[in-house]
Amino acid sequence: MTGLVILLVYIAIFAVSAWAVKIFVQRRQDKHDFTSLKTVTFGDESAVTPNRIASVVSIVTIFLIWGAFTGSKLVPFHVPGPFIGDTSFTYTAKNAAGQEDAATAYVTVHRIEDQATVPEIAPGEGFAKDIGAKVGAWRSGLIKVQSNDEGGNDDGYQVVAVDGQPILPGGEVSVADGRVSMTDKGTLNFTPKKGLQMEPIWMPSPEAVWNRFWEIAKNGYQNFSLAQHLGSSLMRVFAGFIAGSVVGIPLGYAMGLSGWFRGWFDPIVEFMRPVPPLALIPLVIIWFGIWETGKIILLFLAALWIMTIAARAGVSGVNITKIHAAYSLGASKWQIMRHVIIPNSLPEIFTGARVAMGVCWGTVVAAELVAAQKGAGMMIIAASKFQLTDIVIMGIVLIGVIGYGIDILMRIAEKWLVPWKGRS
Amino acid sequence: MTGLSIQNISMRFDLPNGTSVQALKNVSLDLKEGELMSVLGPSGCGKTTLLNILAGFLAPTEGKIVLNGETVRGPGPDRGMVFQQGALFEWMSVRHNVEFGPKMKGMPKTERDIVTDSLLETVGLGAFKDKAVYELSGGMQQRVALARCLANDPDVILMDEPLGALDALTREKMQGLVLKLWKETGKTVILITHSVEEALLLGERLVVMAPRPGRIHKEYRLPFAERGVAADLRAVKKSEGFSETRDEILSMIWEMEEEIMGRSEAAV
Repeated sequence: MTGLVILLVYIAIFAVSAWAVKIFVQRRQDKHDFTSLKTVTFGDESAVTPNRIASVVSIVTIFLIWGAFTGSKLVPFHVPGPFIGDTSFTYTAKNAAGQEDAATAYVTVHRIEDQATVPEIAPGEGFAKDIGAKVGAWRSGLIKVQSNDEGGNDDGYQVVAVDGQPILPGGEVSVADGRVSMTDKGTLNFTPKKGLQMEPIWMPSPEAVWNRFWEIAKNGYQNFSLAQHLGSSLMRVFAGFIAGSVVGIPLGYAMGLSGWFRGWFDPIVEFMRPVPPLALIPLVIIWFGIWETGKIILLFLAALWIMTIAARAGVSGVNITKIHAAYSLGASKWQIMRHVIIPNSLPEIFTGARVAMGVCWGTVVAAELVAAQKGAGMMIIAASKFQLTDIVIMGIVLIGVIGYGIDILMRIAEKWLVPWKGRS
Repeated sequence: MTGLSIQNISMRFDLPNGTSVQALKNVSLDLKEGELMSVLGPSGCGKTTLLNILAGFLAPTEGKIVLNGETVRGPGPDRGMVFQQGALFEWMSVRHNVEFGPKMKGMPKTERDIVTDSLLETVGLGAFKDKAVYELSGGMQQRVALARCLANDPDVILMDEPLGALDALTREKMQGLVLKLWKETGKTVILITHSVEEALLLGERLVVMAPRPGRIHKEYRLPFAERGVAADLRAVKKSEGFSETRDEILSMIWEMEEEIMGRSEAAV
């Protein structure tokens, strides 16, 4: 239900902001660059550039929706939250003698994390006595009128109406700030209104995640500091990636240069390539255990095939005229390897390295979910066992940020090391 | 014995379907040192196959190539190649492309720099030494290719449609440059081209090849290259005998093409 509301709000913001930007921003701009003068843009991929306003609005929207649905203090408006405060409803009870009497139940609805006291209530007239109770927000609570009323435990006593509406065991009526249902045994159960906001154990607010991040950055989590958790994940990724490259790149070159190597390893590489590294986790754990060796071997296997295929493609992609030219200029086989084949394959190898780093990062988190003492994946799986959703979300955000950061660094390195990529 | 000798070359490929193609049949030619020869012919006449055999990239099924008394057995720095395009190393600057051959031979850096600088001046790229090759235009890239080939000081320069990918204006300039370089360096040059005009301008000798099987159809000795060294190429095109020879060769190639078409239509 809440999910559907969020989706509709999201779609509405998407459409309204697109319309608003079109009306208020793009009309005012008097651009005359080449793309803006194009009349055919639908279907012209080169005319489609990411609208940076859209990117900003998109990120802001996610935080606004997140904040609005979690009651964040950072966001000026919220969807209706759960009912908090004092409320009451009346009920009518019938005793064993068949007499009817009305009384009021006073309920204090409080946040789970806050302490609350049961309101002191004067009993009032008749056999049905007024009662006080407390219920946590997003929870429900039994209102035990039987033990409060005179003769409540006698046979024949029963509550017959709530707020003047008749009620039977298993039935339910709406009251001012919630619903009152009756259990099969005749006890009243009050559920205060939940509103549309998410409970922190489902979805904590942005500032709760941020505060948790600071807390863990300062004090660490589960015996290790945040830097140790993230650092150990990164170390595993680098170790596995480097091992995979050190074996995979020469193997790929050999497969690109020798028919025997290609024939020998083609079936193995083509067979292993579609096997997701996650499927290897059980086997790797059986063979190498759950500690560092197993994880690094898993990441090595994740990177190996990608790097092998990239290096092989890099060698196959050498324009034969370049090789001919180098031979005609007197280069030896080794010089051709060093000065023509390797530099020519670098763009492909970088593309492969970016893919491999992404796969390794995803795989390390999954491997740590299975078993680890420290690591980004271990943090979120440990937190999930204690329903510390704020740590889970913090972990997911950090994993995403680091993965994105790795890719950006690889792209920068690529621009710097292989500036000729795509220019031949 | 100096010079390049093509001795009775034949080339036969077996196809996967069991038939075979006679790409070249009994081709013989002798080039003296410093001769400039252009090779012309319709598509599929084996021009490029011949050049690849000369360069040593292909082994002929019969016959042999002898350069300065030695039989060619593979590619080597004594036969420089200039390709149509895509043969420059884009991970190297212009300078490093040009000095590639000398560097592979182990020439010391100071000597390499002298060779590279003077060649780049000759081809008019003195100001572009440290540019990346992908920053240059197509014509400039071919200048680099020429300089790279010359830097290795080969005995023979083999050109495989080196100007084919250039626009008409750049092409005309480059034709002048090729003539100038040929005259200045005195290299033996074999140039394959699709353009009859270019073959006339850049050939003391002109060989017209015929297809199926690839063979030498007719050979000319022409005065235009020598005229082009002294005069403007446009004047050479207007000079005596140029347009007559061009028309003669054009009709010759036309007839060959017609014959191929006719044969394949008959086959259908």
